[in-house]
Amino acid sequence: MNISLSNVAWLEPVVNVAKGKNVGTNLQIIFKSLGIPLVGILVFLVLWSIAADRIDTSLGKFPGPGEVATQAKGLIKEHNAERIKAVAFYERQEIRNAERSAADPTYEATIRPYTGKPTYIDQIFTSLITVMSGFILASIIAIPLGIVIGLSENLYSAFNPIIQVFKPVSPLAWLPIVTMVVSAVYVSDDPMFPKSFITSMITVMLCCLWPTVINTAVGVASISRDLINVSDVLRLSYFTHIRKIVIPASIPMVFTGLRLSLSIAWMVLIAAEMLAQNPGLGKFVWDEFQNGSSDSMGRIMVAIVTIGLIGFALDRLMLMLQRYVSWDKSSATR
Amino acid sequence: MNPLLELSDVGIDFPTPNGPFCALQGVNLKIAKGEFISLIGHSGCGKSTVLNIVAGLYKATNGGVVLAGKEVNEPGPERAVVFQNHSLLPWLTAYQNVELAVQKVFKGKKSKAEMKAWIEHNLNLVHMGHAMHKRPDEISGGMKQRVGIARALSMEPSVLLLDEPFGALDALTRAHLQDSLMEIQKDLDSTVIMITHDVDEAVLLSDRIVMMTNGPSATVGEILHVELERPRNRIQLADDPTYNKYRQQVLSFLYEKQRKVETA
Ligand SMILES: Nc1ncnc2c1ncn2[C@@H]1O[C@H](COP(=O)(O)OP(=O)(O)OP(=O)(O)O)[C@@H](O)[C@H]1O
Ligand SMILES: [Mg+2]
Repeated sequence: MNISLSNVAWLEPVVNVAKGKNVGTNLQIIFKSLGIPLVGILVFLVLWSIAADRIDTSLGKFPGPGEVATQAKGLIKEHNAERIKAVAFYERQEIRNAERSAADPTYEATIRPYTGKPTYIDQIFTSLITVMSGFILASIIAIPLGIVIGLSENLYSAFNPIIQVFKPVSPLAWLPIVTMVVSAVYVSDDPMFPKSFITSMITVMLCCLWPTVINTAVGVASISRDLINVSDVLRLSYFTHIRKIVIPASIPMVFTGLRLSLSIAWMVLIAAEMLAQNPGLGKFVWDEFQNGSSDSMGRIMVAIVTIGLIGFALDRLMLMLQRYVSWDKSSATR
Repeated sequence: MNPLLELSDVGIDFPTPNGPFCALQGVNLKIAKGEFISLIGHSGCGKSTVLNIVAGLYKATNGGVVLAGKEVNEPGPERAVVFQNHSLLPWLTAYQNVELAVQKVFKGKKSKAEMKAWIEHNLNLVHMGHAMHKRPDEISGGMKQRVGIARALSMEPSVLLLDEPFGALDALTRAHLQDSLMEIQKDLDSTVIMITHDVDEAVLLSDRIVMMTNGPSATVGEILHVELERPRNRIQLADDPTYNKYRQQVLSFLYEKQRKVETA
């Protein structure tokens, strides 16, 4: 399987040029697949800095690409500094504990966790964990539900209006309800997960459930009559039928749904984190907005670029997974 | 002699928005073990419907089908079907497609090794041994159809049902597969019902040709006994007067007695 090669169209020509093979045409291919997108990005950056220069806000000039790069470096530096502080904190504890146990052998050493504020990188990971939890939970519900609905015309007709009504509901509408329900239901003295995490995850789940349900159901319902006939003639049992015929036949549609769901999940997550105060990228943007320092806009722009890049990467990842799992390679392009 | 398969007074109504549509009425047919029957008739007359009723995929509204003394009312592997468009599972290799059927039919009766040998035997029978680990999208139309036949044969059906098995193939491939089918049928003494549009195919392969009238309410028009000696050779038969007489009779039924009236 050549996942890397098909996604990186310029790689092979580069190798060819290096070998001195067909240099003229290969250079053309490289220019098309690598040069033109780079030109596009460059033009965008130039337009952005020109425009940024002309927008004045209460917090100063709108950040241009240079300012954003500086802020990005700053955020990484903060992260590294925080890590060094954490390491130092644990070292100090260990030394102290060692001294104490030397003096008093009955002393039981305890290590207190470091509670510095989450850095930008930490927040990215929180967001990723939250979005994946919501997405996986949604998939676990949506795929079986889609299969069951798709198998029965009556169930399909019964569920369709409900799905169509819930599908367009914004996460901002779900969040208050989810927050209240979570507060009421999820009570424990020592919660394994913070409430804000549960709230964000459930909101993500509720919003990204539908594309997978719909696409799975449509995929299952449109399995060719011929394949069903084969299954009937063989008298396959209900579960064998699902395992051997229904699931493989609908895999391409399931993945179409999963990819839509994941992109929705990622968009919803940012909004959910802002409101639920889950310590991820959404909260970062919100805090910077509340903060209103001269760096804030630049930092928010860093977050926007990060969000975009991660969303893109998640979609590519799903595509790779689809290529790996699905028998229908032609449906796994784009 | 007791027939293996008996259709008695079979009729079917399809529900449509304009009331029931009577596709078949009063279809009677007795088929002996080892017989090769062709169903021929104009497009849309109800050939597939007859086959689907025998397969158990459709339920007759009237009358019924009895196979070896038992009434047919659901599909089953003892009535294996070769569908018009091969119907292989695209995500499985030729071997795996046959394996799915063999595992279902011989579960607990054959060991793993026996199953493997049986699958390979059936694929070799249709000359697909060299490509058994290829997937349907990697093999030609004729090869797919052969795998479909291998799958059906591997179930050791009492009746083999073929719905225009060679319809979509070029003449050369078709001739080749017809010869294979004749050989296999002779070796296994299978009972076969085959739908065809092709008069030569019907005469060459069949013991009896069942000619159907035009629908609606289609039924068996005439039955032609083809008493040509086997093994039959298409080249020798080409200028055999008896062969041409049979051919002429089928053509006359189709194009004179049951001339297709163009509706609309
Ligand atoms: N499920 C169905 N519902 C309603 N009408 C049907 C159904 N299946 C078949 N028919 C009708 O029954 C008639 C016979 O159809 P059938 O498919 O058996 O024809 P056929 O002889 O196999 O034609 P062809 O040679 O083109 O395959 C047709 O008029 C068709 O419209
Ligand atoms: Mg037909």
